[in-house]
Amino acid sequence: MTLHIYGDNIDTDRIIPGKYTKTLDISSLAAHVLEDLDPEFKEKVQPGDILVAGKNFGCGSSREQAPIALKQAGIKTVIAEDFARIFFRNAINIGLPIIEIGPHNIKTDSAIEIDLAQGHVMDTTYNKLYQGTQLPQIMMDILSADGLVNYLRTHQKFKVENQV
Amino acid sequence: MTITEKILSKHIGEHVRPGQLIICPVDGVMATDTTAPLAIKAFESMGGTKVFDPKKCALILDHAVPAPNERIANLHVMMRQFAKEQGIELFDIGEGICHQVMVEQAYVKPGHVFIGADSHTPTYGALSAFACGVGSTDLAATMMTGSIWLKVPESIKIICHGQLQDSVTAKDLILFLVGKITISGATYKAIEFNGEVFENMTLASRMTITNMVAEMGAKAGLISSRGLKLDYSFDDIYIPDANANYSEVYEFDISSLENQIAIPESPDNTVNSSVVAGTKIDYAFIGTCCNGRLEDLQAAAEVLKGHRIPKGVRFLIAPASKKTMMDAMNNGTLQTLMDAGAAILTPGCGPCVGTHQGVPGNNETVISAANRNFRGRMGNPNSNIYLASPAVVAASALAGEIISPSKLKS
Repeated sequence: MTLHIYGDNIDTDRIIPGKYTKTLDISSLAAHVLEDLDPEFKEKVQPGDILVAGKNFGCGSSREQAPIALKQAGIKTVIAEDFARIFFRNAINIGLPIIEIGPHNIKTDSAIEIDLAQGHVMDTTYNKLYQGTQLPQIMMDILSADGLVNYLRTHQKFKVENQV
Repeated sequence: MTITEKILSKHIGEHVRPGQLIICPVDGVMATDTTAPLAIKAFESMGGTKVFDPKKCALILDHAVPAPNERIANLHVMMRQFAKEQGIELFDIGEGICHQVMVEQAYVKPGHVFIGADSHTPTYGALSAFACGVGSTDLAATMMTGSIWLKVPESIKIICHGQLQDSVTAKDLILFLVGKITISGATYKAIEFNGEVFENMTLASRMTITNMVAEMGAKAGLISSRGLKLDYSFDDIYIPDANANYSEVYEFDISSLENQIAIPESPDNTVNSSVVAGTKIDYAFIGTCCNGRLEDLQAAAEVLKGHRIPKGVRFLIAPASKKTMMDAMNNGTLQTLMDAGAAILTPGCGPCVGTHQGVPGNNETVISAANRNFRGRMGNPNSNIYLASPAVVAASALAGEIISPSKLKS
């Protein structure tokens, strides 16, 4: 498992340029993922890898093709300081786990353990625990169903328990 | 309560508070040719058979129109078929940009909760509607159930004092505010714009303001419906309570604001136009959900009247809607623009989304009235995009370099 580390404000145009988004063939997206940011990413990435970013990951357009492209490329989880809101919902809705941990110092040689339910990430190499934001139950339920399509196929409607 | 809290409370029949998760009925949903095909696929995979209310759903072909290739042409076919089967209105190529069409056709009205599968959906906050952008699967779920789960957002209040100078427009003001709040400064939150300068704006200018809350990460952006003029009557005047709670309050005096430019590669990289004046440009573009309306074309025409854009600069215009284009045709605005050397494109998103129609070449510099200048946004990562008001774009087209209209030699 490799960590791919990028900076702040990685926008959806960089994750998947608009010119590739108009397709139903979602497997075609992986060939262009992050190509304007890191042209070698698609060669380096292996199934099960983790993408680590700074602030505001996924800002910009509403294109769901952005998390789909990352998932298709094999990314298992995205860790970021925080996410843009539409990307956040889209990732959960297509079954890509993401976790928001605030400012961090995760390095490429960090060995990390993720506890999505608790909302934390442990960097065992540098012995640092990042207590992030716990997902609301509805998002955990959607992720457990591998996305909103399966969730709604099962439940037919939304279920929300309030927790403020 | 804030305007957002008032609208959401009315929809769910109880007093909401920030942080609360709600399942909110919606007054309308829409998707475009970028987001609808995946949404239709998701809708069918979810077991959807009929949309919750065909009259409250709309599909718009605007991002890649007319279809530039057979792949996209077939996605358009899929959307037309779905619309026909479901009895949903489909606005076909040339009708205009989704947001402009939803407002013109009164799909969205003051006080509505509206969900659009496009990130600039918060534009409808210009009418005091709570409008959020979502992706395709959320849109599919909303089309199926007629509701969406939302976290009630905290609100940020932006108060502006004073009046804008003559050559300074709503676009300059919102570029300035995006620069101050930053690209992530309003993430997960709603913004409320407060002050006479906003309430006295035309509908078009209000839409330019709320359009760019997306560039601050906001979930929604609202202006009070007090002072709003629509071509139908509406009763609901939305104003925040005097004791409404805001997570942050920003105050600015805008009386001496100058023309603003967002320099590459982020909309929050804004500077006074004088800082980048003299930067050579190859290509000027006016259009988009941010600045493709009649008053924007008229502002450009006023700068260009009687002048001719020099060789070596190209100037593209994509009107925000068919109505905009016809109004501009009927009052002579298009004639002025074309006499000056502009090429007019089909109403729609045009070159802004980088799919076709005016992709810049390597090392070319574009000055654009759009809302985003991320790397690769217009289809080529090796080009530079500067964002400005329509008047500044027109003046720069004429000068071949970035310039404020007030600095043009008459």
